Amino acid sequence: MRSFQQRLPEFEARGIRVVGISVDPPDVNERQSQKLGYTFPLLSDPNAKVIRRYDVLHPGAGPKGADIARPAEFLLDSNGIIHWVNLTGNIAVRARPEQVLEALN
Amino acid sequence: MKRRWNWALWLGFIFVAAGFITYPFFVLFPVTRDFPWANLLLFGTGGILLVLGLARAFGRPQVYHGKIFGPILAVLTLLAFTLFGYGVFYELRQMPASAGAPRVGEKAPEFSLPDQNGKPVALADLLSGSRGAVLIFYRGHW
Repeated sequence: MRSFQQRLPEFEARGIRVVGISVDPPDVNERQSQKLGYTFPLLSDPNAKVIRRYDVLHPGAGPKGADIARPAEFLLDSNGIIHWVNLTGNIAVRARPEQVLEALN
Repeated sequence: MKRRWNWALWLGFIFVAAGFITYPFFVLFPVTRDFPWANLLLFGTGGILLVLGLARAFGRPQVYHGKIFGPILAVLTLLAFTLFGYGVFYELRQMPASAGAPRVGEKAPEFSLPDQNGKPVALADLLSGSRGAVLIFYRGHW
């Protein structure tokens, strides 16, 4: 996410919005945004309703066995059609902004 | 004759310990996170030095120290490396299949969620007046 913030101007120049989605409540997201200087929105899905709808739930992987989102990235076109998707097989390996920018070309 | 200090054993163990405890640091950077080569390099260097130290301790015990500490450090090294390997090459790869996730060419499910200021943001808002959107699902900071 830090790397997406660094490359955000390139997404903006292409007219692409970037958002993060997690189970964190808005106050945690507010703090994170402040701390890390994120200028794109962090959306809050505490009951994992949307996370389930996208089938990117990682059951029991959070604190005290809470359900959280697994890392996953979707690139949508202006009609909301999925253009590119990344479902990692390793929690530590996430999409890099250059991969998404390349998918845009 | 006074026996010499077996520095290779201790230096080796310092490398191994560094390989283990620097994981939270190297994981911050994609270059060292996607594949933990920096940690493996530290483990490898430490392992070579430990083997050298053990060879000295047992091969020339009249010259070098280390017949007691050598095996202890070697066991600790094996434990650290096993734990690291289990975490990085097994535990981190226990991911759900996400077989029902929307695929390329399908329409992304609609949603509306509050942003960090509590203001609702719908997918339709993100797409109106833009040329597309990147949705980044992440584990969160809790």
